[in-house]
Amino acid sequence: MIVETGHYALVLAFALALVQGVLPLWGSRKGDVALMAIAPSAAIMQFVLIAIAFGALTWAYLSSDFSLLNVVQNSHSQKPLIYKLSGVWGNHEGSMLLWVLILSFFGALVALGGRRTPQELLATTLSVQAWISAAFLLFILLTSNPFARVMLPPVEGNDLNPILQDPGLAIHPPLLYLGYVGFSMTFSFAAAALINGRIDAQWARYVRPWTLIAWIFLTLGIAMGSYWAYYTLGWGGFWFWDPVENASLMPWLAGTALLHSATVMEKRDALKVWTIFLAILAFSLSLLGTFLVRSGVLTSVHAFATDPRRGVFILAILVVFIGGSFVLFALRGPMLKAGGIFAPVSREGALVLNNLLLTTSCATVFTGTLYPLALEALTGEKISVGAPFFNFTFVPLFIPIFLAMPLGQVLAWKRGDFLGSAQRLTVAFIIAICAGLLLAATRGEPVVSAVFAGLAVFVIIGSFVEIWTRISSGGLAPGIVLSRAKGLPFSAWGTALAHAGVGVTLFGLAATGWGVERILAMRIGDQVSIGPYALTLDAVAPRKGPNYDETVARMTIRSGGVEIGQIEPSRKFYRARQMTTTDAGLRTYSLGQIYVVVTEQEASGAIDVRMYWKPYVAMIWLGALIMALGGGISLADRRLRIGVARRARTRPIAQPAE
Amino acid sequence: MTRKQRRLILIGSALGVLFVAAGLVMFALRDNIVFFYTPSEIVAKAPAPGTRLRLGGLVRQGSVVRGEDRAVTFDVVDSERQVSVSYKGLLPDLFREGQGVVAEGVLISPTQFRADNVLAKHDETYMPREVADALKKQGHWQPNGPPAGAEAKK
Repeated sequence: MIVETGHYALVLAFALALVQGVLPLWGSRKGDVALMAIAPSAAIMQFVLIAIAFGALTWAYLSSDFSLLNVVQNSHSQKPLIYKLSGVWGNHEGSMLLWVLILSFFGALVALGGRRTPQELLATTLSVQAWISAAFLLFILLTSNPFARVMLPPVEGNDLNPILQDPGLAIHPPLLYLGYVGFSMTFSFAAAALINGRIDAQWARYVRPWTLIAWIFLTLGIAMGSYWAYYTLGWGGFWFWDPVENASLMPWLAGTALLHSATVMEKRDALKVWTIFLAILAFSLSLLGTFLVRSGVLTSVHAFATDPRRGVFILAILVVFIGGSFVLFALRGPMLKAGGIFAPVSREGALVLNNLLLTTSCATVFTGTLYPLALEALTGEKISVGAPFFNFTFVPLFIPIFLAMPLGQVLAWKRGDFLGSAQRLTVAFIIAICAGLLLAATRGEPVVSAVFAGLAVFVIIGSFVEIWTRISSGGLAPGIVLSRAKGLPFSAWGTALAHAGVGVTLFGLAATGWGVERILAMRIGDQVSIGPYALTLDAVAPRKGPNYDETVARMTIRSGGVEIGQIEPSRKFYRARQMTTTDAGLRTYSLGQIYVVVTEQEASGAIDVRMYWKPYVAMIWLGALIMALGGGISLADRRLRIGVARRARTRPIAQPAE
Repeated sequence: MTRKQRRLILIGSALGVLFVAAGLVMFALRDNIVFFYTPSEIVAKAPAPGTRLRLGGLVRQGSVVRGEDRAVTFDVVDSERQVSVSYKGLLPDLFREGQGVVAEGVLISPTQFRADNVLAKHDETYMPREVADALKKQGHWQPNGPPAGAEAKK
């Protein structure tokens, strides 16, 4: 009964989405206040209905209801509770349901927090949002119904893919979807602005929090996915330039560009057309990502059991929304008046450069990801475009970004002084050179690691130069500095932190060059050195888990002869699927990690061990956390909370564009 | 500086960046892509020895021989041909006799291949898609995967 209720709620949500997509839009064209007022309540109700459907599916998983096909295929009664819960979205149907749940969640948030937004903009935005929602609900109902029953319920389920039985599954997809789908809000706002034919600095202010939220979650989602792949795949790598990873990186790059161009629009009323374009692009790339991952054109752990109809359906959604929005953009874009002007050397100029480089690097990733698919579709040749391609194209485009980041922060708006600004970065530059030289001397080869680590130090210190200048310009008395620091807007701190986060991640990436890898056969009692540490194999023993049996190798880590810890790499054999996975042993010491993987035990009693010492590797993900923290601090900025009212008086009188 | 000059600088720098990026992409695509072959395609298309490529097929039952120091040899087969592969290193968890595999490395002769990477890429049914497609084309594909795969799914 609960299951049927969920199914029914989903159908109702679809019907409601159609209503929400038509009536408020019609109202906004006719200036009918009553029709426009439908939008917020419909959006909130839609979220409630989809939440009921999601709750019903979750209940079916928790109670191991094997009369549901989806539960049979992906669950097992002995599975630990956390995987029963996260298993809800560890499959195609459930993950699409999570997708629309988050979509409607954002719609409801906009409806609730939209009292300050002009009614016309709010109604149109929620209508556009409802169209997206309707398309995906129809997709779920027609091709991926999670509530399908089986005629003869089996006693036991097939269990979840062992690779997915990891706490990462509880965190990574929701975060990533919050990011992907979050860009739908910016998209809807952009489409609404085009439909209404009106856009101004204020629009940028309404949209900014949504862009920021999406960006924060996407950053965290990508970082989490990367860390999960790192510890679970057992190859010690954290980024494989796999099409699925690229699918999440592309909206991130476009979203980062959007975040910066929206700032220009908000502060200087310039780059309007470009900002709208980026808003459409970021969500288009999110949709493309969904298509690549969910349609089965790619092979990966993300591609759950596939069905060609689904691919075609998502492709149709993709074509309609991307095509439609770009047609709208082509028709209405030229009507948007260009705003404030600025000199090439200025804050705006630097942000334009940032946008140029980010979108271009996004385009290279796009090429590398889709070229093999296009070539296969056209000629039938199968090729793979791997890491060397991306390292060769992506990295050269990012070096100028790293160099320009601190510079852009200290340039003045409208007309900047290049030499003066560069001078303010002298200290950061000198420290960076010293750090690079020091690292080259102590860590040695490869030199390129030291160069990039130096660049990272430049980015980190450079990020705070602007803040330091602002708080120290009134004298260096601690009281003054402190009160000035308190007086700075949150967004200044947020920017500095987020930029520093980029530097921290870059440092971690640079340091991978200093990593050490050893592959060898070990017997019990053997001791090997790896980097500054020594590992001893103490024992190899079996252990029983809830739905798997594992072989655990226990090792002791010593530093300079002193015991500092234990590490337990293992191999797990999952009983239900008869499948083996590798669990890497991980220990973090001063931001570096020891990473150990064991393979099968040989007849002679020795086991093959692959071990790494990866100095500073944790900084890669730490940097992403700092970026997200910076975004969060920006989100708390005063002007996003109460800044709107001040401008409301000077807002141009509404006039239809036609 | 007039508005026009500003716009020229903007467009000029945009084009500059785009040209650099396009150049990098073209150059990288020429040197850094790897083609995928099945054993019979190697015979049919005859890539020159020394070519870097990806070889995909099934690991022949009983062909895996482990040597000293993690050296391993195995045969990759499709319905018509086979290529013997030598590899040194750890094999991924999903490497099993009778199952699909993709190996990346250098072709020594039309029947010999030296792999430097054996890929763990797979979907839920543990069959690399390239291999599945190639097998389908040769009409040797059972929807439930080859025997070993079916056993793994149960």
